[in-house]
Amino acid sequence: MAAINRDDVAHLARLAHIEMSAEELDRMAGELAVIVDAVKSVSEAAGDDVPATSHPIPLSNVFREDVVGHVFTAEQALSGAPDSDSDRFKVPAILDEA
Amino acid sequence: MTDTNSNQLIRLSAARLAQKLAAREITSVEVVQAHLDRIAAVDGGDRGVHAFLHVNAEEALAVAAEVDAIRAAGGAAAEELHELAGVPIAVKDLIVTVGQPTTAGSKILEGWHSPYDATVVQRLRAARMPILGKTNLDEFAMGSSTEHSAYGPTRNPWDLDRIPGGSGGGSAAAVAAFEAPLALGTDTGGSIRQPGAVTGTVGVKPTYGSVSRYGAIAMASSLDQIGPVSRTVLDSALLHQVIGGHDPFDSTSLPDPLGDLVAAARLGNVDGMKIGIVKELHGEGYQAGVENRFNEALELLKEAGAEIVEVSCPNFQYALGAYYLIMPSEASSNLAKFDGVRYGLRVLPEEPPLTIERVMGATRAAGFGDEVKRRIILGTYALSAGYYDAYYGSAQKVRTLIQRDFEAAFAKADVLISPTAPTTAFKLGEKLDDPLAMYLNDVATIPANMAGVPGLSLPGGLADEDGLPVGIQLLAPAREDSRLYRVGAVLESLLEAKWGGPILDRAPELTASPVVEPVETLVDAQEAK
Repeated sequence: MAAINRDDVAHLARLAHIEMSAEELDRMAGELAVIVDAVKSVSEAAGDDVPATSHPIPLSNVFREDVVGHVFTAEQALSGAPDSDSDRFKVPAILDEA
Repeated sequence: MTDTNSNQLIRLSAARLAQKLAAREITSVEVVQAHLDRIAAVDGGDRGVHAFLHVNAEEALAVAAEVDAIRAAGGAAAEELHELAGVPIAVKDLIVTVGQPTTAGSKILEGWHSPYDATVVQRLRAARMPILGKTNLDEFAMGSSTEHSAYGPTRNPWDLDRIPGGSGGGSAAAVAAFEAPLALGTDTGGSIRQPGAVTGTVGVKPTYGSVSRYGAIAMASSLDQIGPVSRTVLDSALLHQVIGGHDPFDSTSLPDPLGDLVAAARLGNVDGMKIGIVKELHGEGYQAGVENRFNEALELLKEAGAEIVEVSCPNFQYALGAYYLIMPSEASSNLAKFDGVRYGLRVLPEEPPLTIERVMGATRAAGFGDEVKRRIILGTYALSAGYYDAYYGSAQKVRTLIQRDFEAAFAKADVLISPTAPTTAFKLGEKLDDPLAMYLNDVATIPANMAGVPGLSLPGGLADEDGLPVGIQLLAPAREDSRLYRVGAVLESLLEAKWGGPILDRAPELTASPVVEPVETLVDAQEAK
């Protein structure tokens, strides 16, 4: 398995929307390389015949009645918002042309 | 109320407090005030325990006064009060509460108030248990020492220069320092049990799905579980009974109840039970003092009539690695919601252009600490195209192998036993710069989360070399949490007989630490003159 390098970390940080300084990228790449190396044996532990487990205690068909239940008022939903306008969350420009 | 009485009150178990409250020998207001006084005396200042991020004095006293009024009036309303009505509790600050801030130990949620209560909090309110406040934790429950809290570390009441475990170090330390008789924790890879081990307290991770996760800020949804923190096994059973049971707001909530856990804790009998030592969960890598206490616990159980058998779980060697792929993967997805749009911090980039994407990048850079960033990057990596099968997919297969190991082990034993953590509490700062060394603390607790089975940690005595508490872990098959309480209560009473009382009685006396006056206040006072 490939080792993780600084370019990988820079790319992943962009995907994860976390700005990182050059110093932070250097440090993070070093730390993550150690961790990835320590966990890589996992890929050799199980054969192809072993099924994956996503949840420890599977439940099937968890449904509820299709009726309006517990809902927040607009005021409650916006109570922690950094910015809002007319009962809506307000954000800076979505596109670059702001 | 004299100081002596107040000192006695804070040392009582929740079960004893409940009895005395029901008999009207004491009032809930006295009990809550005694704990608030204790918090004021030992939690703050430079050398305080710092278990609490928020103290909820006003509401706690109001709930206590209500309970006292109902009891004083008597009649049907008093009869219907829950057994634990009036017994105070602390809540880990990962669990949302109306009327108090919830920070998850992160700057990104500083000052945020939830518009709703977690299901477990609703149940505490229904039982009329006064909530003393919110306890410190590693940011978003990511860590084993509480040093990753954005609000400063919690100190271990046994030695203020040592870690209280994590992520739930605040809840464990609050209970160990007699600041609260009970607390709620959350356990994704050991965050209830490992703090219990290093602070000499009891902590239980229930069967996955048996306690609702609704309102617990999610780290890894397939692993997270809320559970009780206490000083006795019976107290954990009492609290588990309050918070457990089906909840339609959590789609992974088990529909059937677990049975009478309190009765199991009161049964006190291991005669003829088979208790399995997991070969892979002790020995090499475990501190000598931890091994000694573990071996003594086995002897005591044998003398009490249990049969000790050895079992092998060969795939546990991959558990830590698989955990550190699955947990960050789920966390990277769960934490995507902290983006400066709907709640919490919003940081604007220093330079234009001001777009939402750049606001997200700046917000998450400023709002998350290093460990959270590491795990988000690691999870994003494990889920990336090209790596998904090798990392996340393989880890999910290991999960199946771990479940099979448990099935085979539980075919031979009713419960499994191991040390909870490989070492006693280490020094603050000792492992902060070595993430991998920090992760190894959870080597014995992680398998239970991977398989969804319940686990309990109880104090097993003090290690010879450092005099610090050692935790003994019990594990049971899914839905068989009652076995943990049954065996745990027996082992607890045998150990108390051996040590001449509760292990926590041997903790050093915490002295009142003077609250340091902020400089501004002093200046104001000077100017006022």
